Amino acid sequence: MASKEVYRTCPRSGLQFHDSAETLMKANAVAGVVFLLFGGVLALLVALTRWPAVHLLSADWFYLVLTAHGLDMLVFWIIFFEIAVLYFCSSTLLRCRLATPRMAWLAFALMLIGAVTTNVAIFQGNSSVMMTSYVPMQASPVFYLGLILFAVGALIGCFVFFGTLVVAKAEKTYQGSVPLVTFGAVTAAIIAVFTIASGAIILIPTFLWSVGYIKAIDPLMYRVIWWAFGHSSQQINVAAHIAVWYAIAAIVFGAKPMSERVSRGAFLLYIFFLQLASAHHILVDPGISSEWKVFNTSYAMYLAVLASMVHGLTIPGAIEVAQREKGFNKGLFEWLRKAPWSNPVFSAMFISLIGFGFLGGISGVMMGTEQLNLIIHNTIYVPGHFHATVVIGTTLTFMALTYFLIPVLFRREIMFPGLAKWQPYLFGFGMYVFVLVMMGAGTLGVPRRHWDMSFLGAVMPYEFPGSAYLLMSLVGASAVVAVIGGGAYILITVSSILFGKRLEAGVTSSKPTPVVTPITAAISSHGSNIGIAGFAAPGTFVLAMVFLVAFVLYYFINWKYLSQVWGLS
Amino acid sequence: MSAIHPPATRLWWKQPLDRVEGTWIAIAFLWCLIMFFMMPYWHVFGKQNLSNEAYRTTPEVYSKKAQDMVDKYTVRTETAEKIPVVHPPAGSDVYLIARLWAWWPILELEKGKSYRLHLSSMDYLHGFSLQPANINLEVIPGYEMVVNVTPNEAGSFSIICNEFCGIGHSTMASKLYVVNK
Repeated sequence: MASKEVYRTCPRSGLQFHDSAETLMKANAVAGVVFLLFGGVLALLVALTRWPAVHLLSADWFYLVLTAHGLDMLVFWIIFFEIAVLYFCSSTLLRCRLATPRMAWLAFALMLIGAVTTNVAIFQGNSSVMMTSYVPMQASPVFYLGLILFAVGALIGCFVFFGTLVVAKAEKTYQGSVPLVTFGAVTAAIIAVFTIASGAIILIPTFLWSVGYIKAIDPLMYRVIWWAFGHSSQQINVAAHIAVWYAIAAIVFGAKPMSERVSRGAFLLYIFFLQLASAHHILVDPGISSEWKVFNTSYAMYLAVLASMVHGLTIPGAIEVAQREKGFNKGLFEWLRKAPWSNPVFSAMFISLIGFGFLGGISGVMMGTEQLNLIIHNTIYVPGHFHATVVIGTTLTFMALTYFLIPVLFRREIMFPGLAKWQPYLFGFGMYVFVLVMMGAGTLGVPRRHWDMSFLGAVMPYEFPGSAYLLMSLVGASAVVAVIGGGAYILITVSSILFGKRLEAGVTSSKPTPVVTPITAAISSHGSNIGIAGFAAPGTFVLAMVFLVAFVLYYFINWKYLSQVWGLS
Repeated sequence: MSAIHPPATRLWWKQPLDRVEGTWIAIAFLWCLIMFFMMPYWHVFGKQNLSNEAYRTTPEVYSKKAQDMVDKYTVRTETAEKIPVVHPPAGSDVYLIARLWAWWPILELEKGKSYRLHLSSMDYLHGFSLQPANINLEVIPGYEMVVNVTPNEAGSFSIICNEFCGIGHSTMASKLYVVNK
């Protein structure tokens, strides 16, 4: 085996690809995009049903399609793509061979079989239990089995990643510490192991229950443990897409981290505290104490929020420093104005960063506050929030990375470059509006996972105000815009990979070339000739303060709302 | 070197913080502490908290308690299905049943009075969502949750279900009345 290995150095990026890793990355990324396409079609159907004037699907189809949409997007699309990111951050960035490619193919096969199995179970029609599959509502055993197979595959993928880190260390393909981006990927993989273990702990007994070996599963226990899987699944994404933000800042601007210590410390906080967030889902459940809720919902003392706020500063900060060092040093924002806004790799990443922070981050912390959750829980505000984190955060970031990978990994020229320039704006801003109007409708009490807000057929229907109907119509309309933006991404990606002009592969060799980093013992600081008043990144600091003010205002406005509802004690 | 390369300095953890980073970390951490302490603060001084009083129960035991309350305090019935409207005394234990796909019975409470509202489900999970006040609670089979509620405005409220509970989920809506004494 070892003698046949080939390492290719990409002439466009200087990155080195191990052939086994390269094929695996392509396979995982392509599988991910196929599920994104499928999930996107389902998204359109869901949105057109929740648009009151359109109300497309029947109730049984709506719940079926919604179940499939959740799993295909949050789990299958994203985790397939993440496995590709993990292989990239290990084998490619550390310039070493991928550990046990055959195991990686086994992982891929299990994930694919699992994902298809679960979809088949859903479309057979007796597993419309929503992504969360809360007991005692029962899906067909095949539904759980598919998820378990997928999870086992993903777990193997994580261990291939860890194995590759060991290979790189042992074969000395780099010196010193792993790159920051790889460290972020390590964070994602550690969280993934925790996540998948939680999933196994709850889904295996649930599977056994569905085939009759276990009599009952406690529904509250199910919720506590399932969310250690369900919410943490998004925490893998957060760690992964933030690692990708650092990577894109490095690729597009040559930006170096403002300080390795701060950025890595923030990732470390994720490893310690991010998983406590499963508590967000059980804040208004019976039988759980307030002490438990307060500690867990706040990630100990909002230490994971602190970490996100740090990344939110250091990533644009690193870009600002890099731009200022290139000479865009005038005023507060010349560095941002002169950024390559027509390069989709950058624009998608920056739209993602801003949307993730302002829309996803602030709303998430607000509704994750123990008492504030009372006026938000299970309203459509919740999907409003998580579309800001999952779609604007993770999906849009992975789109950004795709525009980089098409020439570098797939060796194809991007087709429809004009459309590619606009795609991040269409998709990103479509999603911005979508999540805002969804959150608005949620504050008016519109429920999530609900076929008909007019309560057709109910004995005593509730009449929502006209503003709620207007907002839900805007949810539908903005979803259509976002789906068109998503469709443009699929069109560009698929046609580039299939029909794009082939690009030169670059030189190959049978041995990996180690990373050449001029390692020095000396500590260098940023040049003192950039920035304002000793701040190397003053523009970013101003943006961060704008964020903080928005955060504080919105947080206390919601306390004000809460103080006006019925007394509860 | 950039973030996709190993750090150029071997002792990278000794690099001093930039002023912009240090300032931001201090501000952000302070804000995190404020948000954290808002929750215990509200438990002491706020008027909207959950008691977290809860018991394990069964559908049989729980529906018996609800039936006893209905037998004692029904004041009228509504709709063709003759759903009882219950007006229990202020301060008493009030039972609401969630089941596929209805809330039972209809409660009539007095403004400004407190009640011990009990919630449980007979079958799947349900979501108690009081509109337009927008108070939302999770209702779980096998668990009986107790919340002390004090309505602060009179009027006709709706209870809708906002936890997916099957094909009839979107028809699961009921009323709750708050009257002036």
